[in-house]
Amino acid sequence: MDWINAILQGTLLGGLYALFAAGLSLIFGVMRLVNIAHGDLIVLAAYLGLSVTTALGLHPLLALLVVVPVMGGLGYALQRLVLNRTLGDDILPPLLVTFGLSVILQNALLEVYTADPQKLQAGPLETASLTVGPLAIGVLPLLMFATAVLVIAGLQWMFYRTALGRAFRATSDRQDIAQLMGLNKAHVFGLAMGLSLAVTALAGVFLGIRTAFDPAGGGSRLIFGFEAVIIGGLGNLWGTLAGGIILGVSQNLGAQISPGWQILTGHLVFLLILAIRPRGLFPRIDG
Amino acid sequence: MPDPLLSVSGLSAFYGDFQALYGLSLHVQPGEVVAVIGANGAGKTTLMRAITGLIRQAGEVRFKGRPLARLRADEIAATGIALVPEGRLLFPSLSVEENLIIGGQLGRKGPWDLAAVYALFPVLKERRAFPGTALSGGQQQMVAIGRALMSNPELILMDEISLGLAPIVIRQIYEALPGITGEGMAAVIVEQDIAKAQSVSERLYCLQEGRVSLEGRSADITREAIAAAYFGV
Repeated sequence: MDWINAILQGTLLGGLYALFAAGLSLIFGVMRLVNIAHGDLIVLAAYLGLSVTTALGLHPLLALLVVVPVMGGLGYALQRLVLNRTLGDDILPPLLVTFGLSVILQNALLEVYTADPQKLQAGPLETASLTVGPLAIGVLPLLMFATAVLVIAGLQWMFYRTALGRAFRATSDRQDIAQLMGLNKAHVFGLAMGLSLAVTALAGVFLGIRTAFDPAGGGSRLIFGFEAVIIGGLGNLWGTLAGGIILGVSQNLGAQISPGWQILTGHLVFLLILAIRPRGLFPRIDG
Repeated sequence: MPDPLLSVSGLSAFYGDFQALYGLSLHVQPGEVVAVIGANGAGKTTLMRAITGLIRQAGEVRFKGRPLARLRADEIAATGIALVPEGRLLFPSLSVEENLIIGGQLGRKGPWDLAAVYALFPVLKERRAFPGTALSGGQQQMVAIGRALMSNPELILMDEISLGLAPIVIRQIYEALPGITGEGMAAVIVEQDIAKAQSVSERLYCLQEGRVSLEGRSADITREAIAAAYFGV
């Protein structure tokens, strides 16, 4: 029964990893930008959640009403003012600039919030659980997983059913020809990054409710996000959810063997999948 | 003569340090069909890319009297210029219908909409849910033309629309041309087939090594003059 429980909890944890990864997957899909600062932006969102809950006395989930639009606006501005200047044929400038951004964010968070670990207080939600037969399912993990499924479904719907999604796909396919259709690629990329960081805001606030965080915590979130994206296949949003679940289940099964194996097992499974299927399990099929 | 719809004067264009056009000048009147011919590397495609703002350029391009030099490619498109690019360059992740819809996303008013494009190229309606790049070369060319028409441009630039297509398909596409220009739309047609270019256009420019080597009324230009201008002999 412990093993079934580990698989179940791992699946739910995978929802959080999918939220870490969805924003990465989105911007890589639209503009081939690998955002090294993504993990730090997740942590920034958690700290924004902390500031909002402290200042306004709101529940962390209600703080999302502030954090999501703020992060979305920040993403748009970041893309228009900084990242668009780095995009071109060379993939190195965006990597270096987002790496620099990561360093700046970590140090700025350290300066403002100190190195003390913080946590968002969500009250009874943190310990509430549903009993299903012999299993106890946490309401919070369930909520995170449901949010991840809704976010992925929403992004998928947006990508394939809306004018904005069409613009994202066209710009991703052929930037120059998309401009001939009247699409301003600087604006399209800004919207993509805004959307990416809006999703990141959800990830950050859930992270802050689930566990303690500090300014140096971005790196591991970035790696979990990357692993989920790559396991699932680049550019495939449902694949990203599957990647998150595989990573979460692997970690929890590793923890069943020994607590020290938790993170390592996730990395090993990632490496194994990368060795067998370098393009991930469900790569996007390009025409 | 009325003011030209498009006037290009002293246009130079560059790929990095390489200069592909040298002080080129041409004009297109409203509703006029102009052909641009020339050997490979003469600068025809570069001219199309320079007019539409896709490459770095110097000189003056005016459309409806308005200078385009400071505009981005998307702003130039919004003024009413559409390009059917060489090699079609459809969006692979968009279906046929989405490729057409995105062509019309500027929302310019005019006679062209999905129904009008499907009436011009009925086969596209049957294939509308297919990925654009899953069609035959000729059908892809129809999508590329339809995509450009959907923006209801006042000037359509067609770059090598018969390149790599079977003769019967080329004939189909050229048979559709009067239905396009008959709406009062001006067109610049880049074409390797000189006889075809002459027959569909009112005026013709021949490019050689990035310069205009010949221009005149298509009906009046002799084969000998074209041969001389084409090869620079």
